[in-house]
Amino acid sequence: MPEMTLIDAIRQAMDEELARDARVFIVGEDVGARGGVFRATLGLYAKYGAQRVVDSPLAEIGIVGVSIGAALYGLRPICEIQFADFIHPAFNQIVNEAAKMCYRSGGEWTVPLVIRAPYGGGISGGLYHSQSVEALFSHVPGLKVVIPSSPYDAKGLLKSAVRDPNPVLFLEPKKGYRLIRGEVPEGEYVVPIGPARISRPGTDLTALAYGMMHSYTLQAAETVATEGLQVEVVDLRTLYPVDKATLLQSVRKTGKALIVYEDNLTGGYGAEVAAILADEAFTDLDAPIKRLAGPDVPAVPFSAPLQDWFMPNPEKIAQAMRDLAAF
Amino acid sequence: MATQVKMPQLGESVVEGTIAKWLKREGETVQELEPLVEIDTDKVDTEIPAPATGKLLKVYVGEGTTVKAGTLLAIIGREEEVVVLEELGPKPGTSEPQGPAGPVRAARVQELGFVSPVVAKVAAEHQVDLLEVRGTGLRGRITKKDVLSFLEARRNASANEVAPAWERPGEGDLFRPSDLQFPKGAASSAPAPATPADGEIMPLSPVRRQIAERMVRSKSVSAHVTTVMEADLGAVLAHRDANRMALERDGVKLTLTPYFVLAAVSALKAYPEVNSSWEESGIRYHRAVHIGVAVSLGSEGLVVPVIKEAEQKSLLRLAMEVNDLSRRARSHQLKAEEVQGGTFTLTNHGVSGSLLATPIINPPQCAILGVGLVQKRVVVIGDAIAIRPMAYLTLTFDHRILDGARADAFLAKVIEILQMPGS
Amino acid sequence: MSPKESWPQDGQRAAQLKEGPPGPEPTPLEQAWAPSQLLEMFWYLLLSRRVDERAWILHRQGKIAFHISGMGHEATHIGMAFGIQRGYDWVIPYYRDLALMLALGLTPREFMLSLYGRRGEPSSGARQMPSHFGLRRANVVSTSAPVATQIPQAAGVAFAMKLKGDERIVLTTIGEGATSQGEWYEGMNWAAVHKLPLVCVVENNIYAISVPQDKQMALLDVADRAKGLGIPGRVVDGNDVFSVLEAMKQAVDRARRGGGPTLIEAKTYRPVPHSSDDDDRSYRSREEVEKWKKRDPLNSFQTLLLQRGTLTSEALAEFESRAKAQVEEAVSFAEQAPYPEPMKEGCGPVYAEEIRHAGDDAD
Repeated sequence: MPEMTLIDAIRQAMDEELARDARVFIVGEDVGARGGVFRATLGLYAKYGAQRVVDSPLAEIGIVGVSIGAALYGLRPICEIQFADFIHPAFNQIVNEAAKMCYRSGGEWTVPLVIRAPYGGGISGGLYHSQSVEALFSHVPGLKVVIPSSPYDAKGLLKSAVRDPNPVLFLEPKKGYRLIRGEVPEGEYVVPIGPARISRPGTDLTALAYGMMHSYTLQAAETVATEGLQVEVVDLRTLYPVDKATLLQSVRKTGKALIVYEDNLTGGYGAEVAAILADEAFTDLDAPIKRLAGPDVPAVPFSAPLQDWFMPNPEKIAQAMRDLAAF
Repeated sequence: MATQVKMPQLGESVVEGTIAKWLKREGETVQELEPLVEIDTDKVDTEIPAPATGKLLKVYVGEGTTVKAGTLLAIIGREEEVVVLEELGPKPGTSEPQGPAGPVRAARVQELGFVSPVVAKVAAEHQVDLLEVRGTGLRGRITKKDVLSFLEARRNASANEVAPAWERPGEGDLFRPSDLQFPKGAASSAPAPATPADGEIMPLSPVRRQIAERMVRSKSVSAHVTTVMEADLGAVLAHRDANRMALERDGVKLTLTPYFVLAAVSALKAYPEVNSSWEESGIRYHRAVHIGVAVSLGSEGLVVPVIKEAEQKSLLRLAMEVNDLSRRARSHQLKAEEVQGGTFTLTNHGVSGSLLATPIINPPQCAILGVGLVQKRVVVIGDAIAIRPMAYLTLTFDHRILDGARADAFLAKVIEILQMPGS
Repeated sequence: MSPKESWPQDGQRAAQLKEGPPGPEPTPLEQAWAPSQLLEMFWYLLLSRRVDERAWILHRQGKIAFHISGMGHEATHIGMAFGIQRGYDWVIPYYRDLALMLALGLTPREFMLSLYGRRGEPSSGARQMPSHFGLRRANVVSTSAPVATQIPQAAGVAFAMKLKGDERIVLTTIGEGATSQGEWYEGMNWAAVHKLPLVCVVENNIYAISVPQDKQMALLDVADRAKGLGIPGRVVDGNDVFSVLEAMKQAVDRARRGGGPTLIEAKTYRPVPHSSDDDDRSYRSREEVEKWKKRDPLNSFQTLLLQRGTLTSEALAEFESRAKAQVEEAVSFAEQAPYPEPMKEGCGPVYAEEIRHAGDDAD
C-alpha cells in the first residue's frame, strides 16, 4: 500500500473529488498558481484550471461568504482559510449564516460547504499562525467540525466532507503536514464523519485526543507501555457532533480519562468531553477526569523556549498518564 | 596585486605537463576560476582555472611546450604591475626555484619548518602569515598548494556565494515544524557561554550548508549500495585522439566526459529502471534522460549542471554542452533550471586523482555513476599481459528501486559501450 | 494594460529613474531639504537594507526561524518617516516597514532580538514573531498578523485625537492585497465620515504573497478607492523618496488642519519572496525580478546624492562601514542575549493587573 504524508493525502482527496464531481471547486488565497502556502493544492491549478481552483482576494469574509452563495446555488465549494488564525473575520458568515441556514429556512436552503484551515502550533508561528479554534466552533449547531490525525483519515474524511450536504469545518494539524506519514489505499474509499476510532486498545486508562496531539498521545502510550501501563487511545476525528458512544464505552472500561489538546485549557474542547463523561459515565469513574492542554495565555508565543513551554508533547503526556494511572 | 600562474602538480607522480591550449590570450581579462589553460599529462588532461581575476599580463610558456610542475606559466594582475615583476620575476620557461622574495622572520622559521622559496614568495606577495596556514607536506611543511588553498579560502570567506540569500528560493511551505528549523537543543536553555574553543570557525557558506543537507538527506532516504567495475578506455581514447583536432578547429574541446555521458545514456535506454525516482505511490520512470555532470568549484563546493534530453544529443553536442555548463558553473553563471531536473548523475572523481570512490546519490535520482582516474595498468587479456588505460567505474544505486543484479547489468552495459571500438 | 505595466509617471523623478542618471540640477522637491537631512535619510535607507540582508543570511544559516523583508520598500518608508513628526505623531505600520521603524528609533539590536526571539525585544518580549512592530516610546501601536486589523484601530486613534483637540495625526500603512479586507473599508469609511487626522499609505508591491494585483481587485490604482470613500487619493512612485515626501507633506498638513484623511498609494516592488520560506519561482519570472534592480531605491538615492555632492565617496564608505559594524554588533548582541522565561514572560501579562512595572517586587 502506498505511504504518503498528511498533506499529500489531503491533496489527493481534493484531486479525486474535483475529478469526480464537476460541482466541486476550490477557492482561497494563493491556492492557484502557487499551489497554496503549504502546497496543499499543488498541481491542481494546472490540472483543473482557474475556474475550478480560484485565487481569491485577501478577504476571509469574502472567501466564506462567496462560497456560501455558491453552495446555496448548488455547487460544492472547498474554501481555504490560509491559517485558522485568520478565520475570525469570517466567524459571522460561518456561525450566523452557513450554520443556521438549514434550520432557519426549514430545510429549504442548505449549504454544502467545506472550510479547510491549517491549525495548531509547533512551527514557530507565534500568536497568529498557531491558534487552535475548534472550541469556538464546536458549539454551533448546524456546523460540523472534523480534525484528522492520519493521512488515511484525512483523505477519507475530506472526501466525506465534500459529499456532506452540511457546512463542515475541516481543521488540519499543520505541524503534521509533512511529519505525519501513513498508508493510504489506492482506489475509492471514504471515512464517515461522526465515528471516533480506538487507535490503540488498552485497559488502564483512556487517553482521548485529536490532530497532532493524537500522534503524540500514541507515542506517549508506547513509552508507558514499556513501564507496564496499557493506555487505550481514542482518536476523536469528528469533534462536533462527537461520538459519545465510543468515548463512553472506552471510559466505562478503563475507569480513567485523560483528554489531550493543544488549545488553551479553559473552555477548550476537552472541557465538553469531560462534562459528557462526568454526566454519563459517573458511576464507572475511578479517578477525576484530567485534561492536559495549553496554558491560558493568549496564544502560542514565538520564542522557542516559550513555544516549548506552551505545547503539549509526548513527554508531558506520558507523565500525565503516569500520574493518572497512579491515582 | 599580481598573481603567478604555475604548472600545478596534477597527480602524485606527475612531474610535468604540456600546455595543450591557452584559453585566454595575453591582454585578455580573466575571471577567477575561469578556465585559463589546458594541460595534458600522461595521466590526465585538465583545465587550470585562473587563480585570480585580472588581466592576463604575460604568458611565458607556449602551447606544445612541456614543463615541470611548479614552472611559472603566466602572470595575472593589473597593468602597472607587469614591469615590476619582469624585473624581479623568474626567468620564463624555467622551473628553477627562486630565492625568497620577502623576509621570513628567523624565529618563526623554527616553528614553521622548511619554507620553500615559492611559498615564501606567495606569502610575501599576498601578506599571508604562514603561521595561519596548515601544512600538509612532509613533516607538516607548508606546500605551495597549501598556501594557495589558504588564499582561496580567505577570498571565499568574504561572501563569494552562489547567489545572495534573498535571491535563493525558500522551502515553499510558509512554515515548517520548529524542530526541523533548528538543530536539537538550540531552544531549550540560555545560550552556552562562550568557551574558548580549539581552532577557528569558518562560517558555513550557503553552498556548503546546502551540500551538507542534501548529502545527509540522500543517505538517510535512499538505500545506498555501490558496485565497482573496470573499463578499458582504449577505444574511447583512440576515438578522442582521432577526433580531437577536428573538433578544436570548431572551438570545441573534447574531453572524456561526453563519452561517459553518451555511454550512460545508451545504458539508461536499455535499462530504463535506472532512469527513475522513488515516490510514495510507486517508481516514476522518467521519459527523458537528463544527465547531471558534477563540477567541482574548488573549496567553494560543487554544483551539478544538467544536460537536458541527453538521449537526443550527439557526442559533439554533448561535448559542447558539457564544456559550456562547466565553464558557466565555475563562473557562477548557471541558471536555476540548469541545476534542476536531473534523472541521473555523472561524477568524474578521477580528475582529482581518485582511483575509486563511492559517490552519494543525488536525490531523488536512482543512481550516480562515478568515473575514476584513467591509469595505465597491467591487465590480463586472454593469457597475455598487456598495458591498457583502465579506469574504475563505480555505480552507487538505490536498493529500494534496483537490486544488485540489475544494477550490475546496467553498469556492465555502460562499460560494454565504452569498450566498443569505433563507438 | 496590466497593473504590472502601469508604473506611475507623476513627477520628474519617476521619469528620471526610468531612464537613467539624475538631472543636472536639483529639483524643487530636493531643495526643500538640507544636506544633513538628506544624509540622514540615506543613512536609514542604507541601514535598513544591510539589516535586512543580514536577516536573510541568518535564516539561510538556520539561525533564525523567520524573516519577512522590507527590501524594495525603503524609499516609501523613509518618505513616510520624514513626512511626519517622528516620536510625536502616531504610527500603526505593517510587517514590511523595517526602514520606517529604524527611522522611528528602533535599533538594529532590538530588531535582531526579535529575529532571535530573545528577552527584551521591545515589540512583544519575543512573544510575537519578528516584524510584528510596536514601540511605545515612538508612539507605534502593537501590530499583529491578520492584515487590515490596524485600519479601524488607526481610525479610532485619530478619532480620539480629534475629540481631544490633539494636533497630532496618525499614519497607518498596509499592503495592496489587504485593502480587499472588509476591515480596511470600514476603518477608512469611518475616518472619511468623521474627517479624521489619518494618512493611510498603501504600499503596492503588486503581490499579496503570490496573488497579483489583477486577481486582487479590478483597479489599476488602489488610490482610486478614495473616490468611493469621498477622500483624496494620490498615486506616487514608491521608489522615489521625494515623490513620497511631497505627497506625505500635503496629506499630513491637510490632516493636521482638520481637512480629513488622505489615501496615498506608493507604487513599489518586492524583489524578494513574501517571507523567508516562500518560493516565488512558482508565481513570477526571474526576468521580472531582475528588472527591479534598475529601480532599486537605495541605488537611485545614492547615485543622486553622490552626483549632487551631498554624499562623497568617503562619506559613503564611512556609512557602509558604520552600517556593517552596527549589524555585526547587533547580531552578536542578540546571539548572546538570554531567552525569555516561560514562567516570567510566557505566562503573562494576560490581564492589565499583571503588568509588572519597574520597581515592583523582584522576580
